[in-house]
Amino acid sequence: MSADQIVFWVFAPISIGSAIAILLQRNAVHAALFLIVNFFTIAVFYLVLEAPFLFAVQIIVYAGAIMVLFLFVIMLLGVDRDEVLTERIPWQRPAAILIGIGVFAELVVAIRAGVGFSAKGPEAFAETANRGGNTEALARALFRDYFLPFEATSVLLIVAAVAAMMLAARHRRAITPAEQEALAAEPEMAEVAP
Amino acid sequence: MTTPIAYFLVVSAALFTIGTVGVMVRRNALVIFMSVELQLNGVNLALVAFSRLHGNLTGQVLTFFSMVVAAAEVVVGLAIIVYVFRRRRTANVDDLAVLRW
Repeated sequence: MSADQIVFWVFAPISIGSAIAILLQRNAVHAALFLIVNFFTIAVFYLVLEAPFLFAVQIIVYAGAIMVLFLFVIMLLGVDRDEVLTERIPWQRPAAILIGIGVFAELVVAIRAGVGFSAKGPEAFAETANRGGNTEALARALFRDYFLPFEATSVLLIVAAVAAMMLAARHRRAITPAEQEALAAEPEMAEVAP
Repeated sequence: MTTPIAYFLVVSAALFTIGTVGVMVRRNALVIFMSVELQLNGVNLALVAFSRLHGNLTGQVLTFFSMVVAAAEVVVGLAIIVYVFRRRRTANVDDLAVLRW
């Protein structure tokens, strides 16, 4: 049994177990922490699959930035209390699990038909595709073949940042004199949202 | 590299499935969002595995783009959740039934 097989069989159960734990946790903070564990195991898989740049990006962007954002919002909203488990549609949960089993079976059949359970990647990946190191090879691909999509992502990030600011900012408009009189007459109106 | 690529694909299929079930089962908007992240990561793992299988970097480049899009999606999605919470004081998706007949 070689090193990458050992790493796979150690981390695959952790990955799937932490993913199932997200579903079973009633507390949103605990679910977020299990999601971080899951992201780390996926980062290890990237390392085994000879993608060290994506390994670093996975930990920095997902386990770092995105999960901090998630935890920040959970704390901000104060929704770390347990969620109610009453269902509006009584058969929704068994139906969802049935659909999940169906989707998984379909995906496994597709993997078996399309790739097969014995196919292995080429041995010389480090010398051919990753020539000069994974980061350099990825930069070559990104800045030569995929330069326009790369620039488009920068626009996307700016648009997303502006949209988040617009959504999250509290809009306060100036109060007109008529409204000021109304507020003075009825103080309970002061809390009405615009 | 002696592990068959299909094993990684099965793990990624399992993660995608668990994410799908999570979206359908959970009621907290934030946990639903986490399940969507789980689905995205399952697909990313499949793309990197395909990149290894075919011996080129296209899958890794696609994963890179998918991570950028996921980051933008998280920013906008969480902003929407915060906005809804300010208006309705809830993060439970069952309480947000204004548009339902």
